[in-house]
Amino acid sequence: MTADRLLRAGAGLKSEHQRHILEARPDIGWFEVHAENYMGAGGPPHHFLERVRALYPLSVHGVGLSIGSADGMAPGHLARLKTVVERYQPAIVSEHLAWSTHDGTFLNDLLPLPYTEATLSLVTRHVDEAQTVLGRRLLIENPSTYLRFDGEEMPETDFLRALARRSGCGLLLDINNVVVSAANHGFDPHTYLASFPHEHVGEIHLAGHAVLKSGGETLLVDTHDRTVSPQVWSLFRDVIARRGAHPTLIEWDSDVPAWPDLKAEVRQAQSLLQTAGGLDARAA
Amino acid sequence: MPEQPDGAALADLQHRFTGAVLQSRLSVPAGIRREVRSTHERRFGVYRNNVKASLAAALAARFPVVARLVGDEFFTAMALVFIERHPPRSPVLAEYGAAFATFLERFDPAASLPYLPDIARLEWARHVAFHSADTDPADLAQLAELPPEALGSVRIGLHPAMAVIASPWPIVSVWTTNTYDATPEAPAADWTGETALVTRPHLDVLVQRLPPGTDLLVAALAQEIALGAAADAVSRTQEGFDLATALSTLFSAGAVAILSQGSSS
Repeated sequence: MTADRLLRAGAGLKSEHQRHILEARPDIGWFEVHAENYMGAGGPPHHFLERVRALYPLSVHGVGLSIGSADGMAPGHLARLKTVVERYQPAIVSEHLAWSTHDGTFLNDLLPLPYTEATLSLVTRHVDEAQTVLGRRLLIENPSTYLRFDGEEMPETDFLRALARRSGCGLLLDINNVVVSAANHGFDPHTYLASFPHEHVGEIHLAGHAVLKSGGETLLVDTHDRTVSPQVWSLFRDVIARRGAHPTLIEWDSDVPAWPDLKAEVRQAQSLLQTAGGLDARAA
Repeated sequence: MPEQPDGAALADLQHRFTGAVLQSRLSVPAGIRREVRSTHERRFGVYRNNVKASLAAALAARFPVVARLVGDEFFTAMALVFIERHPPRSPVLAEYGAAFATFLERFDPAASLPYLPDIARLEWARHVAFHSADTDPADLAQLAELPPEALGSVRIGLHPAMAVIASPWPIVSVWTTNTYDATPEAPAADWTGETALVTRPHLDVLVQRLPPGTDLLVAALAQEIALGAAADAVSRTQEGFDLATALSTLFSAGAVAILSQGSSS
């Protein structure tokens, strides 16, 4: 693993692009994959990922561990995540501050948690369990949310700081999620980012969101189906200028564009990382 | 002062949340912070939509010929019923949809297309083959190299990605025209059943028709019955069974993984 290469911008690896990537070997830092897409026994997913992994650093991003499940994480799923991590030896492994499974039913979305001491103890236990089984540090991502709960006891940034301190995990700062949640709950994203525990951040995500207007209200929805918004770029510029550079991913998971369009977004992130001066010149 | 949420309170919240996401007739669970009432419903609706639309899209991608046969709008409505009755039981989305064919058998609004469940079985088999274990297929030449006296006792190990779907409907013809033709061919008047062979010798999943009796041969081989005994049994029950054609079809499709000599059964 070359550290300077990882300290660059990367892209989500999509099946639509993988043949081209292997032929053209584009000059970008790294790729990220969703762990759950590589839990099958064989076939094209593993065929292509093995070849991409031989050329680029990799990040494995879990979307199904459900660390916020009150009835516990599925032990079988954690074992399968471990198999993926051992096989591909990624530089980074990350998951979400969310839940998606209850009583064995999987809802295929990252669902919100009430930020209370009780939830914090539960999530800390689960992150600790996952890190023990995987034998490595996890990064936990701040979620995008559409509703909040009665009786919450702390803001999300305090919850994440306490989780990182108690479990030793790192954080994945998704700036698009900050913008989406800020608009939906009426807070200022600058205030959120000012109180975010940046000292634990190990990766940044950037993505596009949809604007949903009806009944006199505007909701932002975290869709990953378009270019990164100007507001997200601007906050990204601020964060890396003030808090330093981190490996930065462009997430584009539906209405996946042609590779040059995704690559242009990665290049944009790359040029901002370089401008921020937080990078070694060799990484340019 | 609201009740202090503990582990049990969170479990209860997640239980009610899960029910209300899947069953649209259930109201938004208590414990969610109230904005103005319409907003409250709409916000919960984002989660309902994220869950159901993503699962319906996954099913549409997995069963494209079923979707083409019934039309996108009908497929989505049908998928939403399936999702409510059979939500995923695994966070690995590739495992979702195994029950879809059986669901279609009892889905009355689609009863005018009686072959739909078998088309779904064929598409599910293709999906499973895509993700199955990798093994190089055996070549027919390996069989040809054996001395004639050894042929009867050879055991044919099937490839992990292969599957056979027998149907009273011409499922291979229907699947093929709806996969490759801009305008699908109209069904022939005298529909006869077809047996589909699904394989993935390397990266690409293949679909073809099996000659008569070959599915019975495959079933016998799967039970580790030696080739001679398996062929004899099929010949007795299937008129016109041709072993050479059956073997050449299976080997050229990559349905065979390994040949071995065992004691006769």
